[in-house]
This record gives sequence, C-alpha cells and structure tokens, in this order.
Amino acid sequence: MKAYGDTRDDGMIQISFTLPLSSGSKAMEAGKAYAAALGLQDVRVACAKPAGDGFTFYVVYGMCGAEIDPDSIKGTDRGESMSREETDAFLKEHLKREAIVVGAALGSDAHTVGIDAIMNMKGFAGDYGLERYGMMDARNLGSQVEPEELVRQAERLKADAILVSQVVTQKDIHVTQLTKLVELVEAEGLRDRLLMIVGGPYIDDGLAHELGYDAGFGRGTLPRDVATFIARRLVKQLE
Amino acid sequence: MQLNIDTARAARCRELAGKITGPLLDEISRRSTDSVERTVLRLWGADGLHDSDAPLANAAVARLREAGVLERGAARPVAALVNQTGSSVQEVCEKLASGTLDVPDDVTGPEVENTARRLTDDALSALAAAREKRLALVKKLGEVEDRPLLYVIVATGNIHQDIEQAVSAAECGADCIAVIRSTAQSLLDYVPHGATTEGFGGTYATRENFRLMRRALDEASKRIGRYVRLVNYASGLCMPEIAALGALERLDMLLNDSMYGIIFRDINPLRTFVDQHFSRRICAEARITINTGEDNYLTTADAVEAAHTVVASQFINESFALAAGMPEELMGLGHAFEIDPAIENGFLMELAQAQLVRQLFPKAPIKFMPPTKHMTGDVFAGYRLDCMFDLASVITGQTIHLCGILTEALHTPLLQDRMLALQGARYVMTTAKNLGRELETVPGGVIATRAAEVLSKAEALLKEISETGLMDALARGVFADIKREPDGGRGAEGCFEKADGYLNPFEERLAG
Repeated sequence: MKAYGDTRDDGMIQISFTLPLSSGSKAMEAGKAYAAALGLQDVRVACAKPAGDGFTFYVVYGMCGAEIDPDSIKGTDRGESMSREETDAFLKEHLKREAIVVGAALGSDAHTVGIDAIMNMKGFAGDYGLERYGMMDARNLGSQVEPEELVRQAERLKADAILVSQVVTQKDIHVTQLTKLVELVEAEGLRDRLLMIVGGPYIDDGLAHELGYDAGFGRGTLPRDVATFIARRLVKQLE
Repeated sequence: MQLNIDTARAARCRELAGKITGPLLDEISRRSTDSVERTVLRLWGADGLHDSDAPLANAAVARLREAGVLERGAARPVAALVNQTGSSVQEVCEKLASGTLDVPDDVTGPEVENTARRLTDDALSALAAAREKRLALVKKLGEVEDRPLLYVIVATGNIHQDIEQAVSAAECGADCIAVIRSTAQSLLDYVPHGATTEGFGGTYATRENFRLMRRALDEASKRIGRYVRLVNYASGLCMPEIAALGALERLDMLLNDSMYGIIFRDINPLRTFVDQHFSRRICAEARITINTGEDNYLTTADAVEAAHTVVASQFINESFALAAGMPEELMGLGHAFEIDPAIENGFLMELAQAQLVRQLFPKAPIKFMPPTKHMTGDVFAGYRLDCMFDLASVITGQTIHLCGILTEALHTPLLQDRMLALQGARYVMTTAKNLGRELETVPGGVIATRAAEVLSKAEALLKEISETGLMDALARGVFADIKREPDGGRGAEGCFEKADGYLNPFEERLAG
C-alpha cells in the first residue's frame, strides 16, 4: 500500500518544513536535496520563502516509493469512539450506574497536562473531559500522587477504573512507577475489578500491555476515546 | 461598524461590578500574603538563591513567619536590621535566612520607617527608569496604531532557543512575543532563579530569562525598526513577584487576571484577590499592560451559551483594575473566538461579541484570542478558522491579536507555524483594513440582536452576583462551569490578616 494522491499507488505526499538556511539562490536546491534525502522522487518545491533571517520555509510535493502491508499492522483496533452523549446513554442503558474513574499523574510526575486534558471539564481540542460526563464520577487527584495513595483512593471510592498519566519518561522512571502501581493493585486483590489505563505522549498500547495495563493511550488521544474504552470494557465485563 | 448599545445598561453593569468588588476590596486591604511580602524584599534588592535552592526572598520571609512577626510585614524587621547592621537588604536577608542574624524585637520608630521609605524610593526609581526607557524606545522606533498588535508565543522550554524563535517571529512581523511558562509554574510558591534551559511546554519565568529575552528583542527591535513587546505571566501563586520582576526588567505586558488562578488553577480565592491587587498596582506604576483571561471561560463553557459570562467578568476585572490604580489604557480585557464553526451565522455572533466588547471598553487594549477548542488537528481546516478570526479582529478593531496557529493543540508552534500565522494575519488585516468602517449593522439583525442579548444577560448575571457576592458565584461555578469554595484552594496558608502597625511602604506610594 502506498499513499494515494490522484492515482492509486502514485505515493504522492505533501510535506512542509523549515531549513536553517538563508533563502538565497541555493535555497531551492537545498529544499529539493533535503526532500530527495527523505526518499522522495520527482520532487517539486512548490514554495521556498524566508521565515525570518536565516530560515527558509518549504512546501514540497514528491512521490514516495515506500509501501506497507496493511495486514501486517499490529495494534488494537478499538473501533470508532462514541460521543459523550452516546457514552452516557450507553452506560445508562447497560451499566445502569455511574462509572467511577480515579485519575492522577503518578509519582514524581508533576505534569497534569495529560490527565487534565482527559479528565477536566475543559477537555482537549474541543472534546469535553470525563468530569463533564453525566454517567461518570470522575476524580482527578492531580499531580505527584504516589502509587500507594492512588490505590488507597481507588479502593475508598470503589473505583471501576484507574487512569494514570506519565509524561516524564527520563531514565525510564515511568516504567518503574507504572510497574509498582500494577503490583500494588494486584497485591490488594483489586486487579480483577479495576480497569487500569495509562496515558502519556510516549505511551502506546503495546507498552501498556507489556506493563500489565488494560490499555495505553498516546499523543492525540481525546477524552471520548478514553471514555468509550472505559464504557465498553465495563459493560463487556458484565456479560 | 457601530452597535447601538444601551449606554444606560452599560453604566448599570459598571455600577454593579463596583458593588461586587467593593466588599472584596475591604477584605483585600486587611490582608497580605507571603508573595506580597517577598515582593517588597525583591523590590528592595533581595535577589538570588538561598543555600537550600529556595530563593532568598522566600527564605527570608519564611524566617520572619517562623519568628511570628510576618503579620506586621517584612518591611519593618528588614529595615530595622539594615539600620542596625549598616548592611544592604541583600546581606540582611542572607543572614536572616541562614539564621546568623536574629529577628529584632523593636521594629517601630521613625528610623525604621525612614529607611523603609528610602529603600522604596530607590525601587520606584528603578521602575521609573524602565518605564522611561520603554517610552523612549517606542518613540524612537514608532508605534503600531492602525491595526491590531500581532501577538505570538514561544514555548521551547529553553530560553536560548526561545530567543532564536522570538527574533525570527519579530522578523516575520510579530509585535508582541509571549514566552509561555513551564507547565504548573503557576502552582510554585516561588519564582525560580537564573537562565533556564529545561521546561515542559514552556520556559520558567525568571528574572534572568526576562532580562535575556528583553535584551534580544531590543536588538531585534532596533534592527527591524519596530518596538517588539515582551509578554509573560503574572498569575498563579506569585502574581506580585512576577509583576515586580517584570517591571524591573521592562516587560511590556503581563497576563494578570483577578480570578483566573482561582478558577483554573484552584488557588485560594482570598490569596488570589490580595495578590492580584498588589500585582496590578505594580503594573500600573510600571505602565505594564495587563491581559485578562476571560477567553479561558469559553474553552470549558460553551461560547454561545456563556458569552455573557465573559462580558460580566470583564466588568469585574475592570473594576478590580480601577481599584488598583490602573488606567483603562492598560486593561487588556480578554475574550475569544470560540464559537462552534458548525453553527449557522456563528461568525456574525463572533462579530457581535467582538464589537460589543470594543464599544463597552473603548479605551482598553482589548485582547482577542484565537480558536483553540475547535482546532482538531486538521491543520488545513484550522487555517481557515484562523482566517475568519483575523477578519473578525480587523473589522471590529481589536487591539491585541493573538495569532491563531494552525498546529494549535498539536504541539508548541514550529518556527514556520508562527510565520504562516503572522503572514496570514497581515494579509487579512491589509486586504480588509477599512472594512469595519464601511459596514453598518441591520437593526433587528443577527449581530445587533445578539449583542443586545449578551449585554442584557451580562447585566442580569452581574445583578445576581452583586446580591449573593462574588465568593458565592465562584462556589456556584458561574464562570467556566468550575466551582471553587471560598476556603479551598492552594496557598491559603500564605494569606494572612495584617496586624496593628503593619507596614508595606509600597502600599503608601503606589496608586490604587
């Protein structure tokens, strides 16, 4: 499979980038050379213009010979996410109670961007957070919550799902903390009735499963994606 | 384009806002905060870090708190020690913090107050010098007057890279550069120190970072022949300290809202009210334009349903700013272009709101914020939204135009994103330059009806808040649908009632 421009398998793509180069006579050639180095053929530099002193901005089209086999793509297809209204209706009909979700930025992580984007009213990119869902009781515990505290709160609130955010991944600290959380939950005997979800810019589903979580959500995740996953999984567990 | 605004209603809104802020101003005048006291020491010259990585101002104020004398203000004991030792404020604070100087018992008397006044005079002279320098540069390099100021952000986390990007943006046409702060700096109860190269989603606001960026922008301003303004954030737990450091390092604008910290950062309400008041008095003295944060309401609440909350909040912000001695010319009241693009005639409603705000606050440098909520990651669709935003801005004569970035909600802007935003805005504002002057609204049409409705609902909301009180309104989630309890929030322990004999010599000298 190749990118589709205006003919199947033409591999046509459009890219834009900036080179730290004054937009003189060499700029056009440099843009072309860079695109060629990226593996594009029949490169067409549609635009090469200055972006302040010492920078040139490019829009480039070219054919890319690379191809993939769609059947070999791994990863969980979670299906289309439901809207907030649909998720609320789905929970009301099937779970027949509010889903209780506890979230936090774990351990040493002080960044609440991720967890806030998913949980807070405000949400992310125009998609409301879990707090806004009528059929979810969502509690955002904020930043630097130790695994022990998170488990304690999850138990106290009788949570259905734990949502943890890990933004900082320096020295693999996220792996240590995420592992610790799973071990604690297992030790408390809560693992079977607690969905465990991890999110962060450098988290993916594969890593999440490897660490013993039910799902991992990476960059670009919307609150509705997480809400849909929680709702579908909780309802499925009833069956 | 002019709206036929009910001026009596607008006047009633102002009166109601005064009724709302009045009781809080009494509460504010009876209180101080750790950050206010640290500000006094910083303005007097306490700079740098104490041994334990805490800023010196924090360590000194903490010592005074432990000694149980902070309720009378940091000024008295420090001035008394300056007299007693003949040392500088810096040395006195260092010794106080390290415990090598005792907190004096007697901090009264004219000598103490005279020293406090002298130190305050010196600080005010430094602020005046920065203010004069700005005036001279603006005069020399010229001023943008016939179109909105184009405002972009940099947010690399590394001040040196920020400078590279900021200079490039200035060369591409930016009039204002805001350095976004590192995530959660607003929750730090201290101002970090020195030039910083690591931050998340932004760069720490520090005095040294302010100085480095201002210097780079001065050089760029001279080269391109236009004074480029520098913007940062006096919000969170250190509002007055950031205002003071910004004033010393000649920042031109500060984001400074009377309620943002309460609503969006869960900071204790009284702490925020006290801090915002003192920070605005400093901004007024330094002629720093403040930017308020009403745009944020519409990122959580619906832009059609909650439009009147923005206007009501603007009246409240104006009232608080007036009480802090700010002239209207420094009040960059905020609002945003956030109506769902799928709504029919949504653009007309945006025009109604922008024009309404423009006319309600004719002298204020209104700040217009771009779409964020409906930027989906489809950068091409987003670019069109930004174009409509640019058009609304130029038609309604907004003053500060935060350029929409096509990669909003994806990552911090790339160098090229900023250039595209600036060139796009320039294009729209040139090609449609006088459009606003040639348009008339139709009586009973969508724009006129919408504007009247928003103002009417704003009045009703202000009336309701004036009856129950602002604290109660915050607890009910009137703004942004977020509820905040009067006693809740961070930093409450750092807000205290002034004891008899309290002295903050800046309070005597600053307007407001």
